[in-house]
Amino acid sequence: MAYTFRGGIHPGTKNDPGFKSATNTKPIEVLKAPDKVILPVSMHIGAPAKPLVKKGDIVDMGQMIAEAGGFVSAPVHASVSGKVIDVAPMLHQNGSKVLSIVIENDHEDRLHESVKPKDFEHMSNEDRIQAIWDAGIVGHGGATFPTHVKIKSGIGKCDTILINGAECEPYITSDHRLLLERPEEIVEGVRYLVKIMGVKQAYIGIELNKQDTFAKIEQLLNNDPVIKLAPLECRYPQGAEKQLINAVTGREVPSGKLPADAGCAVFNVDTAGAVYRCFAKGMPVIRRVVTVSGSAINEPKNLEARTGTCVTELIEACGGFKQAPNKLLAGGPMMGVAQFTTDVPVLKGTNAFLAFCGEEDKREKNPTCIRCGRCVGVCPMHLTPVYMNMYASRNNLEGCEEYDVLDCIECGSCAYVCPARIPLVQQFRVAKMRVQEKRRAEAAAAQK
Amino acid sequence: MYDFSKVVITSSPHIKSKEDTKSIMLDVLIALIPSLFVSTYVFGFRAVLMTAVSVIACMVFEAIYDKIVGKENTIMDLSAAVTGVLLAFVCPVTLPYWMLIIGDGIAIIFAKCLFGGLGKNFINPALAGRAFLLASWPVAMTTWARPHSQIGIISNSQEAIDAFSAATPMAIIKGSAEGDLPSMMSMFLGQCGGSMGEVSAIALLIGGAYLLMRKVITIHIPAAYILTVAVIALIFPMGDLSRIESLAYSVLGGGLMLGAIFMATDYSTTPVSKKGQIVFGIGCGLLTVMIRYFGGYPEGVCYSILLMNTTVWLIDKYTRPTKFGAPAKQKKEG
Repeated sequence: MAYTFRGGIHPGTKNDPGFKSATNTKPIEVLKAPDKVILPVSMHIGAPAKPLVKKGDIVDMGQMIAEAGGFVSAPVHASVSGKVIDVAPMLHQNGSKVLSIVIENDHEDRLHESVKPKDFEHMSNEDRIQAIWDAGIVGHGGATFPTHVKIKSGIGKCDTILINGAECEPYITSDHRLLLERPEEIVEGVRYLVKIMGVKQAYIGIELNKQDTFAKIEQLLNNDPVIKLAPLECRYPQGAEKQLINAVTGREVPSGKLPADAGCAVFNVDTAGAVYRCFAKGMPVIRRVVTVSGSAINEPKNLEARTGTCVTELIEACGGFKQAPNKLLAGGPMMGVAQFTTDVPVLKGTNAFLAFCGEEDKREKNPTCIRCGRCVGVCPMHLTPVYMNMYASRNNLEGCEEYDVLDCIECGSCAYVCPARIPLVQQFRVAKMRVQEKRRAEAAAAQK
Repeated sequence: MYDFSKVVITSSPHIKSKEDTKSIMLDVLIALIPSLFVSTYVFGFRAVLMTAVSVIACMVFEAIYDKIVGKENTIMDLSAAVTGVLLAFVCPVTLPYWMLIIGDGIAIIFAKCLFGGLGKNFINPALAGRAFLLASWPVAMTTWARPHSQIGIISNSQEAIDAFSAATPMAIIKGSAEGDLPSMMSMFLGQCGGSMGEVSAIALLIGGAYLLMRKVITIHIPAAYILTVAVIALIFPMGDLSRIESLAYSVLGGGLMLGAIFMATDYSTTPVSKKGQIVFGIGCGLLTVMIRYFGGYPEGVCYSILLMNTTVWLIDKYTRPTKFGAPAKQKKEG
């Protein structure tokens, strides 16, 4: 029996469900380390890291080059050994310039002295969490929330760990390949997480389109009393935290609250892998498996790149573009961020880079809602996008609030199915911002 | 180095499903083809001509309206064509063309465009057009031709119409007309008097199955509607029919299939949530039976749907899905 939630969509075609066939059978290729890496101090949600090096310094691979800028923050490590040639604002995937440390690679891959295995069993729990923090581990699913914060705030509150191997975003296969090729790292990582958080149960949730990974994982779990494999039906957005929790445990995260309030902590499979590497090898986060795919890519691949590698090099490794792309995306097609160039670095949370040249996206000049109600049926948060859109388009913030626009997780299911091609998610993003602004203004006025 | 001149920046999501407004409307038109075939077989070539005139009239009216108010031409979304076919299907095949065209005008201009066009009308345009025609020319709108009679393609004299007119099964059961009740099988296949589109239940069911398969409609409204009518007909038989006969004639007759599958599922004028759609279907069913049993007309489908159309916003308000993670006991503040 496979678990699932209510709502959601099934992107893809009959012959190519989830558009994953281009890369799901391609083994991970290790990309040659580039001559230069660009490491932004902001590769996570939270305060930017503070640089510890300056122009001209020589750094080793795995050396911490920027320290956490607060509790909700993560350090940054050199992904190559070499010389710091610049510490300056550089173009980031978010479209703006972010302070970045640029390292010229000497191609020696000299390991830093701090990179050595840790004695997990004899460490205090405090030290273990500190080690995860020091390794710069963040949510590798794309949201990049610092992992140590999730662990620390979840201890005592959570009784369940969920490992997110849903990978419901179309096109992306990086987690699939990791589950297939490096399941030992992931399962061991989960064992570490279970011990640190002291939970009684853990589930590795994997969608049925990755059934080829089940046998090996079952074998590694070896009837583990705590950790279980949870097969999931294929359905987007199953990998959204709240939907995954609901699918596997049946619990609902209360509106406006965090997964910990439902007793759950959710980690991406590669986050678990990073936890393993942190203790078993002492290796901080300096690599990332990226699916490079889409209709404009000559030869789609799963590439393992050093963090800070320019995406252009990944495109080169995939044989360049078939024809001039009309859409470049960091991340998946449902929630990824559109890019205007490939001249951006690979970040800790970059699970895919896609390029399209066909008519994947469809837009209308004058979109007209026909009230078909498809959006209502697919909303995984069980909202009514048709009415939210009506209020948002009239800038009626009270109406937006009344219809729970703040509960929208921006998964894009409604906009995907909308036959009128209304840019629903865009409307709701703006509406959410406005409602929050209004609430802040009201709170400020109340204080006076 | 690479050519990024074509790259577009938009908000997510970046892929969309294939279905769009036009493909949905096209599917509805395709689903109506079996009924058009049966209608042509039963009533002759005039059925095709009536449908074509109605479609063209609706599209022309919409184009003219768009031109006058300076809107972008919207006829290519095919929604006007759907209205045209549906209005023709709920009229008698002998209705003069000019009356049909006036009905099209009322449907498109008054029921649809003046409220803002596609998606903003609150009553079903085709049924509004029919209601107008029925009020304006009650005799022409209730003169039903006998199947396979010699119906003139261009015009029909009153004598000719009187000669081949037949009563609808609903009117016979109601006692408002005389005649022999057609057999259930002939109603299923379409060998009885009635409006162009309502005569064959099987053709309508094939169209409905196509719409369900293409996911243009969901089962909720038609099922709730038809089941409600069926259950009441079974418990309280019509006239002096047996329970089973009552059930069969109620479900197969009087345009219930056409209404339940094609009219009550019109997106703009029906609730958006599944729960709301079931409430809507039950409401339509209750009103249909009430009108058939106690009203002045033998037929209740048209008015029941029109009346329920006006309650859609209310239904939507009270059948809103409970949001994910809502507190178990929702406290309404303020």
